[in-house]
Amino acid sequence: MRKVAIVGTGHTPFTFATEKTSIELFSEAAMDAIDETGLKPKDMQALYLGNCLGDFTEGQAMIQSYAANDIGAFHIPATRFEGACASSSLAVRDAFIWVASGYYDMVLVGGVERAASMGTSLATRTFAMFTDSHYEYPAGLTFPAMFAMLAHLYSKRYNVPLEKLKEQMAQVSVQSHAYGVSNPKAQFRKEITKENVLNGFMVTSPLQLLDCCPFSDGAAALVLVSEEKAKEITDKPVFITGIGQASSGRLSAQKDDLPRLRAREESAKEAYDLAGIGPSDVDVCELHDCFSIASLIAAESLGFFEFGKAGEAWENGETKIGGKIPINVSGGLKAKGHPIGATGASQVAEIYHQLRGECGERQVEGAKIGLTDTLGGDGVICTLIMEKGW
Amino acid sequence: MEYKLTFKDYSKALTKGKLLGLKCKGCGNITVPPKMTCQECGGTDLDIVEVKKQGKIVTFTNVNVAPEGRQNEVPYIIALVKLEEGPWIMGNLIDIDPATATMDLIDKEVSIGFKVFPGDKFSPGDQARPVFSFL
Repeated sequence: MRKVAIVGTGHTPFTFATEKTSIELFSEAAMDAIDETGLKPKDMQALYLGNCLGDFTEGQAMIQSYAANDIGAFHIPATRFEGACASSSLAVRDAFIWVASGYYDMVLVGGVERAASMGTSLATRTFAMFTDSHYEYPAGLTFPAMFAMLAHLYSKRYNVPLEKLKEQMAQVSVQSHAYGVSNPKAQFRKEITKENVLNGFMVTSPLQLLDCCPFSDGAAALVLVSEEKAKEITDKPVFITGIGQASSGRLSAQKDDLPRLRAREESAKEAYDLAGIGPSDVDVCELHDCFSIASLIAAESLGFFEFGKAGEAWENGETKIGGKIPINVSGGLKAKGHPIGATGASQVAEIYHQLRGECGERQVEGAKIGLTDTLGGDGVICTLIMEKGW
Repeated sequence: MEYKLTFKDYSKALTKGKLLGLKCKGCGNITVPPKMTCQECGGTDLDIVEVKKQGKIVTFTNVNVAPEGRQNEVPYIIALVKLEEGPWIMGNLIDIDPATATMDLIDKEVSIGFKVFPGDKFSPGDQARPVFSFL
C-alpha cells in the first residue's frame, strides 16, 4: 500500500439557504482545491463525490458526472457516495484506497449539500430516511428523536441525572459556538450561553434548539495524491495514515449496545490499528456533533474519555485548545454548519489546516496527528486519521 | 433463500393482534422485528413464533417537530421497548399527555397494540406500527 497525501483543499462558506446550485457550490470548492496544488482539473484521474439528498433538494441525481464535467475534468470516472451525513468521509476513504493501491496518482474528492434550501419540514422528512423506513419511521422517528432517545438512555445507563446531563450538553454547544467565531467559513459566528441553550425551544425532549446543529448549504473538496506526486506539489503534505468504516442495523437492533454505537468502535479500532496509534496520540479531533449528546457519545467511543464521563470533560475544558484533546475547534457541525454531503470533507480540510498550522486564532499549536469521526444515520461510521508529513 | 417473515406479513399479523418474531434454532434467541438472519448469531434456521405483547420502556422522546406531512401528529412520544423475550422494538407511547413525559417512564411496563401509518409520497402504502399502553 502506497502512502497517500492531501495536498489541496477547497471549502465554500457554510450557510443558510443559498441561491447557488449544488454543482456551482461544488465546482467552487473543487477549483480552489485544485488551484492550491498547481495541477489542472484535467489532471484529476477520478472524482469521488459525497452527495446525499440532491434528488430531493434539486431533483438532481447523478450529480457526480455533471460535477466532473462542470470543472473541465472531462470524461473521468466519477462516483457518488451516499452514506447519509458521512457521505464524503466514505468518499475520502475510497479515494485513499484507490490511490494507495497504485491505480490512481491524483484524484479529486469532496461533497456538497443544500440541506438548508429544503426548509425544515422537508429536511426533517428526508433526514428521517436515514432511519429504518419500515420498522421505525412509521412511529414518526426523526433524526433528532433518535439522539433524544439516546440522551435519555445515556442519563439512565451512566447514572448522570438528566438535569446535570443537560448542563453538560449545553456546554458542548457553548464551546462549539465560541470556536465558530474564529472560523470565517462558519454558518454561526456568535457566542451563546448555557442559558440560551437551556431556554431554547424543545425540539424533541430532551434536545432543545441549540442542542441541534443547523441545516446548511455548502461544499468542500480535497485533492489526494501519491507520496511521489506530493513531493512535486508541496513541502507540507498531510498523509492519511488510518482509515476505518463500519455499519450497523436499525436503532432497535443495536439494543443493549446503546447509547454506544458499536459501529463507531469497530471503525475507530480499524483506523487506530492501521495508523499504529491510540487515542492518546491524537492532537486534534473533529467529531460528529450533529447533536450535543452525540459529541459525548462519540468522544467516549473514540477512546478519549471513560463512558459516562465526557460531559465532565467538556465542563472542565479538557476539549478546548490546551486541554487533553481539542475537539471541534472549527466550530463543529453545530456552529460551522452541517451540509451533510460535504461534512466529512470539511472535517478533513480542518485537520489538514490544523496540521499545517494555518488555523489562526483557533490553531492547536504543534498538532501532528488529527482524527475525523463522521456518523451517517444510525448506521454508517467513518474514521480517518491524518499525520503531518514533514 | 426465501425471506421467512416479510414486512408485509409481520405488519399484517400486528393488525390482527399478533406480534411475530423469529426464534433461532442455533442460539435460541428471538429476533423482532424480522430479518433474514438471527440478530444475535446470523443463523438462518429460524422459526416464526408469536411473542408476548409485553415489555418495558427503555427510552423515549416527546417529539415537537415533525417531518413533512406529519405535523398534525405532534406532540407525540416515541419509545423503545424491550420485550420480555429480549428484543427491542420502536413505537408510540399512548395514554399519556406527551408534555408530562419524564425519566420516570423508563422501566415502566407496557402492553403492545398497533396503529397504521398510512404512508406518504415516499413510502408505499400502509405500515402498521406498535403502540404502547401502560399495563
